Amino acid sequence: MSHEFEPRIVVLCCNWCTYAGADLAGTSRMKYAPNVRLVRVMCSGRVDPSFVLRAFQDGADGVLIAGCHPGDCHYINGNLKTLRRYPALETLIAQFGIEPDRMRLEWISAAEGDVFVHVVNEMTEQVRALGPLDWKRRTAMTVPAAESHTAG
Amino acid sequence: MGEELKAPKKIQLAMYWAASCGGCDMAVLDVNEKILDIAAVADIRLWPIAMDYKYKDIEKWADGEIDVCLFNGAVRNSEQLHLARLLRQKSKVMVAFGSCASFGGIPGLANLHCKKTIFEAVYGYTASTVNPEGTTPQTHTHVPEGDLHIPEFFDDVYSLAQVIPVEYYVPGCPPTPETVMTAVNAIATGNLPPVGSTIGISKAVCDECKRTKSDKPGIVEFHRPQEIFVDAEKCLLEQGLTCMGSATRGGCGSLCPGVNMPCRGCYGPMPNSLDVGADALSAMTSIVDAAEEGDARAKVGKMVDPLGTFYRFTLPVSMLRRAARPLQG
Ligand code: FES
Repeated sequence: MSHEFEPRIVVLCCNWCTYAGADLAGTSRMKYAPNVRLVRVMCSGRVDPSFVLRAFQDGADGVLIAGCHPGDCHYINGNLKTLRRYPALETLIAQFGIEPDRMRLEWISAAEGDVFVHVVNEMTEQVRALGPLDWKRRTAMTVPAAESHTAG
Repeated sequence: MGEELKAPKKIQLAMYWAASCGGCDMAVLDVNEKILDIAAVADIRLWPIAMDYKYKDIEKWADGEIDVCLFNGAVRNSEQLHLARLLRQKSKVMVAFGSCASFGGIPGLANLHCKKTIFEAVYGYTASTVNPEGTTPQTHTHVPEGDLHIPEFFDDVYSLAQVIPVEYYVPGCPPTPETVMTAVNAIATGNLPPVGSTIGISKAVCDECKRTKSDKPGIVEFHRPQEIFVDAEKCLLEQGLTCMGSATRGGCGSLCPGVNMPCRGCYGPMPNSLDVGADALSAMTSIVDAAEEGDARAKVGKMVDPLGTFYRFTLPVSMLRRAARPLQG
């Protein structure tokens, strides 16, 4: 594995808690790994499993889903739906050959800038240890060129 | 010329099978006496399940000589690929007929593995295999009598549209007689939807299902159908059966739920779906009766084989398409 590998981690975070938490980390001048790309969604319940699959397909080495603590969702129970989907999604990606440590679900409130920093740093190191996912190359589909087949 | 003025020219029809079970060909026969209607409007030029033919007969046809080719089965070896390309060249309209041609189908689940691991299992360690010399099929073998050739087995299973351009899709494992006749009528009357369409409806199986759905569903536990006594009236998903009805295109008349079997998803994804597995996963697990992580994990964890459940017929055309091959070099 090359030493320069820098994980690319997509963070799907809800507008009301985790995004504000990340903002707090920023305005408090806390440092965290620059490996994350934040995608703001209105609620963690908006995270369709296809977002996660698309991220892996398109080159992410890890995906973090983050939202309000259960009970604090601004849409009452959006995060409960995420919480219910998550175990099946975990099994599913494992069946596709994606290590479970490449995906993580966290509840991070607007006041928890430090938690955001901790989770991002920890996950970055976990994914770094796993190495690149390299999905495109490992699943490349090459339709063979025309060639002779068996005799009729 | 003169003859054409008297009677309209019959449709030149070819049917072919690749990686399939034969069920799609049976489905054509399943239209019963309507097969005579098909014969009235079409000359069946190729149908391996029913008539003898040789590859050289197909090769002799002019390009575009066949009006419509109904191609069933996925493509997973060089012979099937060759025939797909040959029939494409000879046919004006190519129809992916059935779930295997449309989405890869059941054979498409082989994309969880690769050629190497499949050969290791089939010619190696399965209980019924005795193969001390580790012999595996070779595409070319020389024997005193001459050279023997067999098709090359591919690393991937492909849907038809992944190897050749396809005009229409007719889903189903197999397509129901109604679906077959809708397709045949559309072809016979020239009343065809835009190229690239699926011949069928745009509603989900759930839409066609007559079972009663409650306003406040809550799955307490997932089961396999043989583990419970199925309530004949209630929604199957609410009874904890992994029914694909909400994520699957209708057109089958909700046949399986009608006989207490959860939908297995053979008509494929809904129009505009990004990924049928993501759709099904959301629909099934969002309504699990759990508000706490450990509880959700315990209840959702009872679902056996999510990948095989969600992508039973569609793995090769899904977003991730196959399981990752091992990392090496
Ligand atoms: S609004 Fe934050 S999880 Fe729903």
